[in-house]
Amino acid sequence: MATEKTMEPLWWGLFSAGGVVAAFLVPIHIILVGFAVPLGWTSDTGALYRIWWVKLYLFVLIVLPLYHWAHRFYFTLNDMGLKSISKLLAVLCYGGAIVGTFVTAWILLKI
Amino acid sequence: MSAVGPDPAKLYHQKIPATWWLTNRSYFLFMLRELSSVFIALFLVVYLCQLYQLSKAPDAYNAFTQKLNSPGWIFFHLVALLFALYHSFTWFQSSAVVLPLRIGERLISRPIVTALHVGAWAVVSVIVLILFLALKS
Amino acid sequence: MAEPTITLNVTRYRPEKDRAPTTQTYVVPYRQDWVVLDALNHIKDQMDGTLSYRWSCRMGVCGSCGMMVNGTPKLTCAAFLRDYYPQEIRVEPLVNFPIIRDLVIDMTDFMEKLKSVKPWIIRKEEKPVSEGEYLQTPAELEAFHQFTQCINCMLCYAACPVYGLEPKFLGPAAIALGYRYNMDSRDQGKDQREIIGNHDGIWDCTFVGECSVVCPKHVDPAAAIQRSKVDVTKNWFQSILLPWGQR
Repeated sequence: MATEKTMEPLWWGLFSAGGVVAAFLVPIHIILVGFAVPLGWTSDTGALYRIWWVKLYLFVLIVLPLYHWAHRFYFTLNDMGLKSISKLLAVLCYGGAIVGTFVTAWILLKI
Repeated sequence: MSAVGPDPAKLYHQKIPATWWLTNRSYFLFMLRELSSVFIALFLVVYLCQLYQLSKAPDAYNAFTQKLNSPGWIFFHLVALLFALYHSFTWFQSSAVVLPLRIGERLISRPIVTALHVGAWAVVSVIVLILFLALKS
Repeated sequence: MAEPTITLNVTRYRPEKDRAPTTQTYVVPYRQDWVVLDALNHIKDQMDGTLSYRWSCRMGVCGSCGMMVNGTPKLTCAAFLRDYYPQEIRVEPLVNFPIIRDLVIDMTDFMEKLKSVKPWIIRKEEKPVSEGEYLQTPAELEAFHQFTQCINCMLCYAACPVYGLEPKFLGPAAIALGYRYNMDSRDQGKDQREIIGNHDGIWDCTFVGECSVVCPKHVDPAAAIQRSKVDVTKNWFQSILLPWGQR
């Protein structure tokens, strides 16, 4: 199939998955991380992050929306007039998400 | 008779400016929707930094949490939350366009599909909150 | 008592003498039941016969009279003066297309793109006439019917910033047309419409959604494009993860 020439379906698939994860999960986590714990509505020592399936959940929560950002931001920068450096933007955006994937895994394993 | 048509040299090519997204409300809201992904990513990076501090020592984690209790960080998270909610809502609206849902033969209207997604989001958020409160120490 | 009037600011471009488009102001009678097209016809008949523009049916089915009315792509036969009165009305040629003269744009690119999606029923094997018609249930018709309603008015291309920035983009109407045939139960030619899944097909689209907002026939090309993305992506992952069992 000619669509195998373009890798777009891969990036769009990751963009979509990231969009779903971000849409359903990010708001509540902003409330927990940005308000609930710092403002003292509830306490948290961070111990729950040592549980293995919590780490798995966090991996999905953090990594997939990074690919969502990468794809969306790449297209936005192109549409805002930076089409001439398209290839560089692709490396920075998708590359950033890939680096983020490894960094996230490393940090979660370290906890 | 030879081929007729406009003289290509005399066609006037209209160009759209790089500020096209400022020219009308729909385009502007579209751009805000796209930029919401930046704030979501920024928040997740902040979260990752906090988790990195935890990987060093529990004291480092607490120190970071204390730092988040400052006007600058609270404002950042407020902005991030607003953008995240805007992403969620527009994503649910888009989902209603992409996935035509049916009950038997009848198509469910888009506003209802969007509302169902919002309902699911509320349920999921409550579940996450309950799990957090149950697991934290 | 003087008859009420309304002012139209209309783009003029005469390739034989103009370097760039200019604006000419016309003051026309204001009538409750007039549309912008009526005002243009009044200008041409009574005031300035040199004004050039396309129109035909004047009832919203031919797709000829699309222009920018106060910056929004509209069929001028469907834009009522009373919705703008007493403000002035700006009438400009559809954006994102080259201007030939005045309000007339060059639609060659659009025509080529329509052809490129092979907008006809493609069969692997034709059914002989003796075997009768292709039967289709109401549900099968419903699956593609709204996408048959396109009148080729090009308002969606004028509304699409992606097309404005990237002229190679296949565009809303062409993709919706290809989708119409891919979703038709009689068609077996999806693999011949690969242009839809190629780089300047659906993948340039960022779902701004303005195409569907301006469409006068409620075709909803944005839906056709996003559903095509899901379809192509599903097939792509299937072909990667389960390479056997392909058609």
